[in-house]
Amino acid sequence: MEKREPVRHFQEELGQLKARILAMGGLAEDRVQSAVDGLVSRDPVRLDGVLKGDEPINQLHVEIDGLAFRLLALHQPMASDLRVIVAALKINSDLERVGDMAVNIAEAAHRYLALPPVKPLLDLPRMAEIAQTMLRDALDAFVKRDVDLAQSVLVRDDLLDNYKTQIFRELLTYMLQDPTTIEAGLELILISRHLERIGDHATNIAEDIIFVVSAKDVRHAQNLEP
Amino acid sequence: MSQALFSAGGIHAVPVPMPAFAGIARAAESRETPELSPSQIHVSQASFFYGAKQALFDISLDIPANLVTAFIGPSGCGKSTLLRAFNRLNDTIPGARLHGRVEIDGVNIYSPSTDVVDLRRRVGMVFQKSNPFPKSIFENVAYGIRVNGLASSRADLHGRVEESLKSAALWDEVKDRLRESALSLSGGQQQRLCIARALAVRPEILLMDEPASALDPIATQRIEDLIYQLKTDYTIVIVTHNMQQAARVSDYTAFFWLGRLIEHERTERIFTAPGEKLTEDYVTGRFG
Repeated sequence: MEKREPVRHFQEELGQLKARILAMGGLAEDRVQSAVDGLVSRDPVRLDGVLKGDEPINQLHVEIDGLAFRLLALHQPMASDLRVIVAALKINSDLERVGDMAVNIAEAAHRYLALPPVKPLLDLPRMAEIAQTMLRDALDAFVKRDVDLAQSVLVRDDLLDNYKTQIFRELLTYMLQDPTTIEAGLELILISRHLERIGDHATNIAEDIIFVVSAKDVRHAQNLEP
Repeated sequence: MSQALFSAGGIHAVPVPMPAFAGIARAAESRETPELSPSQIHVSQASFFYGAKQALFDISLDIPANLVTAFIGPSGCGKSTLLRAFNRLNDTIPGARLHGRVEIDGVNIYSPSTDVVDLRRRVGMVFQKSNPFPKSIFENVAYGIRVNGLASSRADLHGRVEESLKSAALWDEVKDRLRESALSLSGGQQQRLCIARALAVRPEILLMDEPASALDPIATQRIEDLIYQLKTDYTIVIVTHNMQQAARVSDYTAFFWLGRLIEHERTERIFTAPGEKLTEDYVTGRFG
């Protein structure tokens, strides 16, 4: 019998938990991408794919909660291990919501495509790009335990908020000028709102990662700093 | 003690698949279920008496092969008594007797034809307090191999000693000091030596009675890692007062209370959603 390296049962399962979080992050990101691509390229088939494909994310949502629950109950983790598992539970919820946002965007896009276009879509794709990069960087920061990268996600949230306000004002002028654009304009405003929410979830994830790595709670702290 | 570990060689019983325990059948529905393995120890309506005092009441359970089963429960609940019934270690206590059946690999180990010495080779035991012989590290492991006539040559003996020490994750620490006294080892090392000694006679089942309760957290961790590795090759039953330890190392957990088996389920279930109120009270520390 060959000598086997000591196997840390717990560490294996913790690694599995992290891998599942990343898989879920990848799925959520893809779905946001498909929803926005479907809108910009006016491709209803692509949007249908988003509307029908929620199941894998939902399955991962349940699986990750189960894994984390099991690790907490059976291994009584401490310190950084405890922080990772609690963060994983929260990140799991955020990613599931991002998946839901992708569905919301696809639904609004479907309704929008049935109406005459209000204007060429310029800012929304930019917003989507920022929201997705935030999400990707937050998950990268989780893998690399990179506080600086997580911090950079927090900063970009303001950018998204500004875009949302800008899009709202611009569409408002169109709608005031021509009430027939109201319905389509509202759908675009809704989509910008969903993209802004995705940025909020990415921000939550980044805050959790800062907590995992440095044990510092940075939530609600920006307004308190001098 | 030594009689529990070593004895003359015998013939292995042919494993016979046993009817699955209800808990195992239920667990098959769970995602986390380990491979469904046949039951290796089958206990059926077992009651145990120390003289007039009844210690176990009508216990029936199946212990699956190649998994870790933990027995938990407050002091005096009968968990050690049941563990010791698996290699008939209670036989040495005057007035002790068992009603019911305990089968290993489908054979009733309490039948008159049972070779108890061989039973104790097949069912090894590790105790709470490490109990190495006052001999060298090498001799501690070699003893059982010699007594059982398991080695065909000197080289074979050395190979088996090395293999056992490696399996017990002790080899790297002792390979250059095999001739030194076993008593020169630390508490944790002595306990792993006792595990190596039990493994040396190639048992099928390893019984552990509070194997880490006298050890510090680091040594405890090593024993727990070892248990996790050993279950690939052995069926392990561990008695522990430490519920967290049961949660960490075992696949199935049986909870005993006042000599009765209250619940036997997948460990995950016992510690997250037990079926019985008594179990819930015990694992949440609301007992008594």
